[in-house]
Amino acid sequence: MTAMLGLCNVLERPAVSLFGLQDGTFWLPPQRSTIAPAVDTLFYTLLGISAFFFLLILGLMTLFVIRYRYRPGVGPQSDVKHSTALEIFWTVIPLMIVTYIFYQGFVGYVRMRTVPDNAYEIEVVARQWKWIFQYENGLETNDLYVPADRPVRLIMRSDDVIHSLWIPDFRVKMDIVPGRETETWFEAPWQGETGRHALRCTEYCGTSHYNMLATVVVEQEADFDQWLIDALAKQQNKPPPERGEDLYNRYGCIQCHSIDGTMEVGGVAVEGPSFKGIWGETHEFSNASDTEVNREYIRESILDPSAKIRRGYPDKMTTYKGRLSDEQISEIIAFIKSLKD
Amino acid sequence: MASGTIPESTDNYLTHTRGWKSWAFTLDHKRIGVMYLVAIASSLFLGGMFALAVRIELFSPGRTMMDADSYNHMFTLHGAVMIFLFIIPSIPATFGNFILPVMLGAKDVAFPRLNLASFYLWVTGALFFVLTLSLNQLDTGWTLYVPYAITTKSSVLLAGLGAFVLGFSSIFTGINFIATVHTMRPPGMTWFKMPLFLWSLYATALIQVLATPVLGITVLMLAMEITLNLGIFDPKLGGDPILFQHFFWFYSHPAVYIMILPGMGIMSELIPTFSRKHIFGYRFIAYSSVAIALLGFFVWGHHMFVSGQSVLLGVIFSALTFSVSIPSAIKVFNWLATMYKGSIHLDAPMLYALSFILLFGIGGLTGLFLGALSTDVVVHDTYFVVAHFHYTMFGGTLVAFLGGLHYWWPKITGRMYNALHARIAAIMLFVGFNLTFFPQFILGTRGMPRRYYDYTADLAKHPEFQLLNVLSTLGAFLLATALFFMLHYLMRSLRKGRPAPANPWGSGSLEWQCSSPPPHDNFATPPTVDDPYDYHDLKYDPQLQGYTRDA
Repeated sequence: MTAMLGLCNVLERPAVSLFGLQDGTFWLPPQRSTIAPAVDTLFYTLLGISAFFFLLILGLMTLFVIRYRYRPGVGPQSDVKHSTALEIFWTVIPLMIVTYIFYQGFVGYVRMRTVPDNAYEIEVVARQWKWIFQYENGLETNDLYVPADRPVRLIMRSDDVIHSLWIPDFRVKMDIVPGRETETWFEAPWQGETGRHALRCTEYCGTSHYNMLATVVVEQEADFDQWLIDALAKQQNKPPPERGEDLYNRYGCIQCHSIDGTMEVGGVAVEGPSFKGIWGETHEFSNASDTEVNREYIRESILDPSAKIRRGYPDKMTTYKGRLSDEQISEIIAFIKSLKD
Repeated sequence: MASGTIPESTDNYLTHTRGWKSWAFTLDHKRIGVMYLVAIASSLFLGGMFALAVRIELFSPGRTMMDADSYNHMFTLHGAVMIFLFIIPSIPATFGNFILPVMLGAKDVAFPRLNLASFYLWVTGALFFVLTLSLNQLDTGWTLYVPYAITTKSSVLLAGLGAFVLGFSSIFTGINFIATVHTMRPPGMTWFKMPLFLWSLYATALIQVLATPVLGITVLMLAMEITLNLGIFDPKLGGDPILFQHFFWFYSHPAVYIMILPGMGIMSELIPTFSRKHIFGYRFIAYSSVAIALLGFFVWGHHMFVSGQSVLLGVIFSALTFSVSIPSAIKVFNWLATMYKGSIHLDAPMLYALSFILLFGIGGLTGLFLGALSTDVVVHDTYFVVAHFHYTMFGGTLVAFLGGLHYWWPKITGRMYNALHARIAAIMLFVGFNLTFFPQFILGTRGMPRRYYDYTADLAKHPEFQLLNVLSTLGAFLLATALFFMLHYLMRSLRKGRPAPANPWGSGSLEWQCSSPPPHDNFATPPTVDDPYDYHDLKYDPQLQGYTRDA
């Protein structure tokens, strides 16, 4: 084990210069949760076992190929066709090894799946292709803010298809399945400064699967509590168009609709019509007669997107029925209206 | 059969009858095998082109040559074509069809008409895939997970229909092989005197017959779900998406043994032949094939450790998964023991056999990370998994397929290929393969998920993603070069290769007792059955440039 870790440290220096690794080891990202060290220990144990057996196979093969290579006039030097003792030997030894591996994986897994009682709860809503994190006071964010040194339980549901939440630095991964709630947990020890960690979707979920990303921000508990109060106040004190803009970002409208009249957002091509300047315009549809962009039309487009498909654009949007309140829809309408100028 | 008297027949299965109808309506297992070989090699080419498109897109961050939707189509088509059209049928449909009856000293398989039917079913199923391709819409991944497969507006139904039909082709082949092995073994060839390739095909056929119907059922349910809104899988209608995953993997996990067992069977022919030494541990290898086939049915849940499946199920499936690793380990050790004190000839087929042991070894060992529960959580659905299954399926099955192709090519075509070129291609393939897939292990453990169109957002924290993806893409082109080079010298051998002797490698099994290529009826007189791994009385005849048996 320690030998394996030592080997990894030896590998680390060339790896840093070759790949420009910023943190973590050659194989794994940094350990930033309480369960990470145990998982990594098993990982390196397996790496050691794999390396040993691979080198054993490679070594024997090379030795045999050189030593017993064909020479004219020299035939095989053995007639042995089987050996029950050998068969038992190489059945029992691997069996013992995999039993040990199974046990270690089992212990680690049970720990990963058993949420401590005092965990701080955050609800996670996954939808194509945005993360929404909901806190106890009603605040919603697209990045995940968590207190350090306290177990955090994520209670997760999906609005559309299967997603999977993965935080590599925490060694945490769990699918989010529509129609049921799943959960996972972690505890991030305080590292002396605000921690920022990548969060990714790892279950293929369509066009922008690769872009369903978020950041986990780890703050000390007191700072986190203050942030929670401030952020909510900030969100609530905004005028309706700005609240609508927050919703546009948070609920994933931004994944398909630009607000600058182009067909890309942040340099990535999108497929939905831009919101810029559409208020009051009359649009053509591939499956309905011409309609003016007004309150009723926008409301219908959010709740029943396929009712009117704008000519030249794909029928791709899924409904937000039950996901946005009437008040929130009004705020989005106010935001789109504000893009007229 | 006495020394040097192997009949050089001018009439062989290729020249026996002429005209396209003699091929299209043939009941000769050898011609069906050759048609499969052409069809399956075309699928490999198609799937390979999709793979290159995927690798080119990932060569540089951001958009390289296509948008996200096209990329999603590409990896879906790559997976679907490679799995359903190439790997699953590859070895059984080509070499199984061609070699199995000859190895048994038989005239044909038990049901020649069913055999032809299975070929045309394959063609029909494959056409549905090509249809999907021309519509260019399928973007679900080959796994067709619901509810994405239900909500996405792509041609899931068509692809499903293709898989359904292909499934029957697979079942027909399986039934045929089981019946043939049971009823057509020649006098003297008891179960434990069969070449191990036949044991592996037999074990494969068992899985094909028992597991493939579940694929058909799953696809039918999915089709009903999409057309009739029954609510089996769709959570909006009260269905359960995880139920679909259980159905899907109940077929698709045993299917990986449909893919690898025949490859292992080929290894058990190549290694003793080119070591000129009796296979070591015959019974253990034979039993391990059957053990893999049976245990393989009880491990499907290891694809679902983070799916929301219960902890208890996860634990059970993890334990069962490790049990299936033992028979594979037994085979590897027995192959190595076969080489011990042998007389090792490094002809091209043997180079593939050595490649197989190393690559499949890495594939198997990295499987330990995925079978162990806590480490699986870390690497699940990352490039680590992509690397792992390419090491087993490409490094395992495809390399074994190529080993078999180079081994039986003289028998099938009656021509020898350029031995030097073949060795160069084998080494290029080995280097290219590792360059393509080894970096993907590191990509995965350091944090790149699979099925990601882009990694721009990660470059700030993970500059290494760039170099690793570049290496992988370069490796893919080296691989493609090796395969095209192979195509070149194999095609060339058809016109310019020297005629193949009956037994160019000094093998002991029956297919090497008939001429190359075999006559229409395989054997003029029933061949004598001996231990297929006894190489003692095989002597090299410089005039024939092949081996003959001493009386």
